[in-house]
Amino acid sequence: MRRAVDQDRPSISFFINGQRFTGKLGDTVLTAVLTQAGHLRTSEFEHQPRAGFCLMGACQDCWVVTEAGPAVRACSTLLEDGMAFVIEGLPGT
Amino acid sequence: MSGRPSPEIRPVVVGAGPAGIRAAEALVAAGLRPVVLDEGERAGGQIYRQPPAAFSRSRKALYGFEAGKAERLHATFAALRAHIDYRPRTLVWNAVPGELHVMGDAGPATVPFSHLVLATGATDRIYPFKGWTLPGVFSMGGAQIALKAQGCTIGETVALVGTGPLLYLVAYQYTKAGARIAVILDSARFTDQIAGAPAMLRQPATLAKGLYYVAWLKARGIMIVNGAIPMAAEGTERVERLVWRTPAGEGRVACDAIALGYGLRAETQIADLLGCRFSYSAAEHESLPASDATGRTSVAGVYIGGDGAGILGADAAEAAGTRAALALCEDAGLGVDGAATGALEARVGRWRGFRAGIRRAFPEPVAADFALADDVILCRCEEITVGALRAACREDGVDELNRLKALTRIGMGRCQGRMCGPAARALLAHHSGRSPGDVGRLRGQAPIKPMPLAPMPLVFDEAKP
Amino acid sequence: MKNFDTDVAVVGAGLIGSATALALRQRGVAVVMLERDLGGSRASGVNFGGVRRQGRSPAQLHLAARAHPIWADLKAKIGIDGEYVRSGHIKLARSQADLTALAAYAARVADFDLGLEILEGRAFRERYPCFGPEIIGGSFCPGDGQANPRLVAAAYAQAARQAGCEVIERCPVTGITREGDGFLLRCGDAVAVRARRLVNAAGAWGAGIAAALGDDIPMRFDYPTILVTEPLPPIVSVNIGIEGGGFYGRQVERGNLVMGGGFGVASGDGASRPDSGALARIGGRAAAILPATRHARVIRIWAGIEGYTADKNPFIGESANVPGLFHAFGFSGGGFQIAPAVGEVLCELICEGRSSTPVEAFRPDRFQQQSAEPGRTP
Repeated sequence: MRRAVDQDRPSISFFINGQRFTGKLGDTVLTAVLTQAGHLRTSEFEHQPRAGFCLMGACQDCWVVTEAGPAVRACSTLLEDGMAFVIEGLPGT
Repeated sequence: MSGRPSPEIRPVVVGAGPAGIRAAEALVAAGLRPVVLDEGERAGGQIYRQPPAAFSRSRKALYGFEAGKAERLHATFAALRAHIDYRPRTLVWNAVPGELHVMGDAGPATVPFSHLVLATGATDRIYPFKGWTLPGVFSMGGAQIALKAQGCTIGETVALVGTGPLLYLVAYQYTKAGARIAVILDSARFTDQIAGAPAMLRQPATLAKGLYYVAWLKARGIMIVNGAIPMAAEGTERVERLVWRTPAGEGRVACDAIALGYGLRAETQIADLLGCRFSYSAAEHESLPASDATGRTSVAGVYIGGDGAGILGADAAEAAGTRAALALCEDAGLGVDGAATGALEARVGRWRGFRAGIRRAFPEPVAADFALADDVILCRCEEITVGALRAACREDGVDELNRLKALTRIGMGRCQGRMCGPAARALLAHHSGRSPGDVGRLRGQAPIKPMPLAPMPLVFDEAKP
Repeated sequence: MKNFDTDVAVVGAGLIGSATALALRQRGVAVVMLERDLGGSRASGVNFGGVRRQGRSPAQLHLAARAHPIWADLKAKIGIDGEYVRSGHIKLARSQADLTALAAYAARVADFDLGLEILEGRAFRERYPCFGPEIIGGSFCPGDGQANPRLVAAAYAQAARQAGCEVIERCPVTGITREGDGFLLRCGDAVAVRARRLVNAAGAWGAGIAAALGDDIPMRFDYPTILVTEPLPPIVSVNIGIEGGGFYGRQVERGNLVMGGGFGVASGDGASRPDSGALARIGGRAAAILPATRHARVIRIWAGIEGYTADKNPFIGESANVPGLFHAFGFSGGGFQIAPAVGEVLCELICEGRSSTPVEAFRPDRFQQQSAEPGRTP
């Protein structure tokens, strides 16, 4: 994912595997993560990286686990300040 | 309006896209106060999706030629807000006669209905190919949403793969947003597009827009390959290259993202759970809830409008949404203007003719066209290969989709076959020697989308054997 | 019209019918099996998949013991292992009274060599840290297990076919009449089958088939409700039940948890669906019993159709009123584990007139003197 237009928005912080990252207000979790990392999760059976697909809440391929426990569907969840994710295969795991 | 709404009329609209908003508008005009349930953060559906509030682009920048329609629809919805019970971020996860089971901000709830308008829209129609699960491969609609709702492109150098007018629109929008288009790979042949032109003349303005995009792209030297079948998205951690084949030979191009889509497929699960009769449309290559020109389904009190009833596009969806709501009003004993309903049906009919042209210009690829190797993943949720489908046909004589699901798990995962269903059906028909209609359809099943197991943790309550 | 003339006709290509057909074919008996849908697509294929002896009545344990070794060697029988795992089965206790009941059961079935082990306190907690604080112990049966019913039921039907049984699917029986000493079955105008013996393995439709031949057998319908979560990291390996009922669960090798409890509702036309409270009920209990599931998501919920008898025992045996008609239905939610044995027993009853496994307790006429809810169609 590459930021293209309409990116003049306030910054907010989030965490992946304890490391601090900066996203922007209005980002979905998917945008915030994929503009800075290669994937959102690892597939259960073949253990391959996955990074979402449909972006409209249909394919269910972008669920990201949070530190608190529940997973969020990254394409349809807006990033909130301080959100913390656990993503296998990214630095920190 | 001759009738006065009775308090027993509890209309519910599912979906707040073009069809749902127009349906809600007609219900409010009839004196009703519908519940409007929508999964989205903001109303508008996919095509007129509104970015989160923090974004500031103009409607012109967001919706291009469609900015006027988007503005009118959003304005209509804004004016309706005080007259409807609007519940955004709300998933309808199950439906039984007279009741919808929903999951929203406040947790799980039951929404009773006397009349229901389904305006659930569509998702991309996908055909898999080798490497389609790699990071960097997104659906065509997804590529558009990234730009519209997030101001992002799915990559720096993007290949567009599939068929349909959306390929050219996305290429145009992406180029304007500063992305490089590596290639447009359209499975439709040039001759298909000529064949479809006469019917598309029914909507000359829309046809002209399509031609404009193609001319604009060609003027910029963007590579368009017709009659092409994608062979592989290659790369280790993410997409690095796209390989394709045409009758003339193989082609390849470097890219860091791919958008994939062969038009759209209807979202029909709620109609299915409510027992609506379905029939297979050979033209649309999918099973759709049977509905008449008014939007009435086979189940009394259940109406359907927009792309969820079969793909006709946003303009038709607005008319169909209104028409379905007026059918509801008629059945509820509220007065309805007969001339208005006739005009709406005629409007939808004109789009039906246009749609036939689109289908000829951008035909569904045939399963036999896809030289899918046995190791290509078909079901991306359960990671089941095309080879597993072939083995089930060969060894177990499988010739029906739900049986295929039971034996192979194809379509059994989180997405319930939304992504692999069309291809599974085409491949199963091809390998079992039956028609796509005869291999059946994946039955809808609750929950329509994944539901928390324990949204409100309970203790072990009064269990009875 | 296709005509068949055969030794035995079997109605219903679920596990029971298919196991019977397979056993008969292995003795060289000619069999035609009729199935209204697809073999194993109903209760046989959509049940929980518990392969469990623990909890059964002593009467059923004879059958369960006979089935036990078949499961371990399923591949030899039907060509696949059906994802059968001898994972053990634990019946959980929430109270001292539950533990007492579990111990009393263990004493009652001591002759059957189930190897039951009552666990409580620290020993229980150390062996099973996965269970929530409301669970205080349980009874463990090491030899019990679990399997995938979708695969097992379909493979049994396929094995019967490969053994030479004529399996006719998508073919509901529309008429049954006696013809001489035998039977004539019709499926509309498509198929007619003449058979000397008839096996009624029609599951929830069994009482209806019986009634068509004048055999009134009381049975009620219910709709066991099951859900499946998305794949999760390993939480529990043992197959789980609970004293008093209301919950059962197991985690499959791919990580999904399959869990059930309670009953759904009929939705017309031989179909059924979960009741409105199913997710809250099963999900809530699951989170209490296995706290690690509390953030999981459910991806499928369904309710099958099952026939239940007054004593929760099936009807197995020759009809007292209609010679040559053999019933095997009404398994009351407990047919999966014993089905392979029931098939062999029916084969013996048909071929030899007696079975080496006692099945007297399952006589189809055992409720005949009592007032009966007449057979009907689900």
